Amino acid sequence: MASIDPAVDIRGLKVTFDTDGGRVEAVREADLRVAPGEVLAVVGESGSGKTVTARSILGLLPETALVEGAVVLNGEDVVQLDRRRLRELRGTAAAMIFQEPSTALNPVYTVGWQLAEGLRAHGKYTKRQARAHAVEMLRRVGIPDPERRVDDYPHQFSGGQKQRVVIAMALALDASVLIADEPTTALDVTVQAEILDLLRRCRDEFGTAVVLITHNMGVVADLADRVAVMFNGEVVETAPVIDLFRAPQHDYTRRLLAAVPRVELAERAPHAPDESVGAVVEARGLEIEYPGRLGRKAFRAVSGVDLRIAPGEVVGLVGESGSGKTTIGRAIAGLTAVTGGSLRVLDTEMRGVREREFRPQRRRLGFVFQDPATSFNPLLTIAECVAEPLIVHGVADSGSDARDRVDELLEAVQLPGAFGDRYPHELSGGQRQRASLARALALDPELLIADEPTSALDVSVQARVLDLFDELQERFGFASLFITHDLAVVDRVAHRVVVLHHGEVVESGPTHQVLGAPSDPYTQRLLASLPVPDPVEQASRRAELAALRESTA
Amino acid sequence: MARPRRASLLARLPIVHQLRQSVGLQRGMLVAGLVITGVFLLTAALAPLIAPYGFAQLRDENGLFGAQQPPSAGHLLGTTVGGYDVLSRVIWGTQTAFLVIVVAVILSIFIGVFLGLISGYIGGWIDRVLVVVADAVFAFPTLLLAIVAAIVISGGQSSLWGGVAAAAVSITVVFIPQYFRVIRAETVRVKSEAFVESARVIGARAPRIMFRHVLRNSTRTLPLIFTLNASEAILTLAALGFLGFGIQPTSAAEWGYDLNKAIADVTSGIWWTPVFPGLAIVLVVLGITLIGESLNDLADPRLRARRRLAATPADAVAESAPASRDAMGEVL
Repeated sequence: MASIDPAVDIRGLKVTFDTDGGRVEAVREADLRVAPGEVLAVVGESGSGKTVTARSILGLLPETALVEGAVVLNGEDVVQLDRRRLRELRGTAAAMIFQEPSTALNPVYTVGWQLAEGLRAHGKYTKRQARAHAVEMLRRVGIPDPERRVDDYPHQFSGGQKQRVVIAMALALDASVLIADEPTTALDVTVQAEILDLLRRCRDEFGTAVVLITHNMGVVADLADRVAVMFNGEVVETAPVIDLFRAPQHDYTRRLLAAVPRVELAERAPHAPDESVGAVVEARGLEIEYPGRLGRKAFRAVSGVDLRIAPGEVVGLVGESGSGKTTIGRAIAGLTAVTGGSLRVLDTEMRGVREREFRPQRRRLGFVFQDPATSFNPLLTIAECVAEPLIVHGVADSGSDARDRVDELLEAVQLPGAFGDRYPHELSGGQRQRASLARALALDPELLIADEPTSALDVSVQARVLDLFDELQERFGFASLFITHDLAVVDRVAHRVVVLHHGEVVESGPTHQVLGAPSDPYTQRLLASLPVPDPVEQASRRAELAALRESTA
Repeated sequence: MARPRRASLLARLPIVHQLRQSVGLQRGMLVAGLVITGVFLLTAALAPLIAPYGFAQLRDENGLFGAQQPPSAGHLLGTTVGGYDVLSRVIWGTQTAFLVIVVAVILSIFIGVFLGLISGYIGGWIDRVLVVVADAVFAFPTLLLAIVAAIVISGGQSSLWGGVAAAAVSITVVFIPQYFRVIRAETVRVKSEAFVESARVIGARAPRIMFRHVLRNSTRTLPLIFTLNASEAILTLAALGFLGFGIQPTSAAEWGYDLNKAIADVTSGIWWTPVFPGLAIVLVVLGITLIGESLNDLADPRLRARRRLAATPADAVAESAPASRDAMGEVL
């Protein structure tokens, strides 16, 4: 290892931010080394300093940051460089791939222009040369028909293709180091698998060193050669990927790995649906259209979906983005209008329903939103927020009147009663999501709709929230529609799974059957694309997926 | 990240909070604005005690003041062409200015905020009609409206309240769309937030959602427009007075009127009659605008200056705002 010069060498990095709340030490002590042609994964939970560490390689830190230590890139210490030299290094020595591809591209220029822009910033290219180079780069990252697509605008590409374009831009100047900050977090699992393949090719074919920042242990197992685990601004463990998964040394690493959800097909008591009792939710040929803009056809988000949720049953609704899973959840909660078919929720027909007619039923329904940061009114205390349903439905007259019940609810979701007096921003994401559960359960509903309740949370927090969900479901016996894109999460909570694809149900059945022996090719591909947090097993799965792709293509 | 417990009540008060938050030039601007505005408010409150004479006083025990007297021990800033004491009129003028601000802002803020909330939350044709009307009013010149209002209200010969009302009414009409637009934009933004949807799922009725959940989350830019509009209110009153539609000197002291009467003095070398009322207008407008501008900068984390850590290589690493915002989001 000492024989080759590392592509990036970070020594004793310390980054301090000056914020409104005083000084924050984002990175306390980080030593990292990345060899050429190596993928180093930096893992950790939000706030662990992994993004800040990676950004320091490109000098992409705000003015309020104080950087100490050395970040050596191509033999130059980035920390000491002036603006000009730093600008020259960006793109040529190291390039960055961002989390959200749609915001990393400028919507008013063609992708060809944006690729050429990067080239022109670093050297003399004629228009024609730049264009030829751009086409070549698009071809190398696997965009079909690059001669034509080079003149397309970002919105004409899908999410995965946009990420490919971003990678093309990063590769355009033969950067020796690629910094990928959560490159697949915003993408669906099937697309994620393709992007990971592409990054692997970058490493193998171009010898690029990749610094991969992620919180997804499956991605780590799939792509990384070595792993650095960060916790509270410190690198607590660095090890080759196989060693790390087999024998984690640091206590935190062990906890992190234990919390990662896996598809285990745990045999859970199948919920015996009582046919005599009416369903809580019953959809027949459900159709939901969003009105199109002037002169355009309406967009059909959901077409011909049949769905039944029996009392006390947890149904997992799985699908990728655009599959219509959230739309169905919103329609059941009366937030989106039903345009065709039939949807009966709690004995009310939702097609053409008036809010006034449905309002009395709302006390029988709870909703947990995806983003815990925005689902609470920031100006009300947690207790006031949780008391809101009680007040609205006349169970309590005021916040103080409802306080006893609120404390009970907070206790049920394992939050100390004192948290009731705090404001939402003073709680962590997991705590907020638990408070959100408390609010949804305030009126003891028969149906709980959970729309990706854990996707914004760190894995260890996610595990805790899922445990809580399980426990509450057993205790209160509510029926639930659990919407998620994560198959491992569904495996943990659902009795039955419904798989959606392009607004249609492709497969449904008991959880162990759908996840254990999927019959639909889409479900099979979905399952195969899910990276498992085990590098050895993942390697064999990757081969399976490739075979599956060939057979379906 | 553990945040410190809530600061004391004092530190959370609007202006005090921003004052503690600010540094460097921004703090200088804010402090200067606060000092000027503070002096203005104090003068208005204590005018009867500070002013050596009444605003319409022409004589004391020694007889008439005399017209256009230069500054002297008896009249620190001289006297006007009409024989009034300049210092006294400048001091009494603060009261008139203050009244206009209060009346104009109170009239416009409630209507504007209410309409903006309704329009933004309910949407549909109400929204479209209100937006068109607001845009039409935007195009209306304030001053013209003020003149019309002055004539309608008091036939052009204004008493104190007539003049104040004329300025206030015209400003109100023009300001309502401003408050309307800002609150509407914020309401539309807040409306799509998850906490509003969660209130809808709970089954809360529209008025409850609007006033409990949306309104308070939409008002953060109000202090800013308030300060900017306050300075515009003063300018309109002064312009009215300057054009001769203002308040009669016997009803109240008004800077615009004094400026108007001082036009002829300028050419004959009498500087003290126009300079001091003019200076008063400039200072008050400057003070309020400074507060408004610095509040604006401080409200936006991208514009807010922060205490620099010791001069370091970090300066060289400094980069553009969007990147920094992302990074901050990660660590905060």
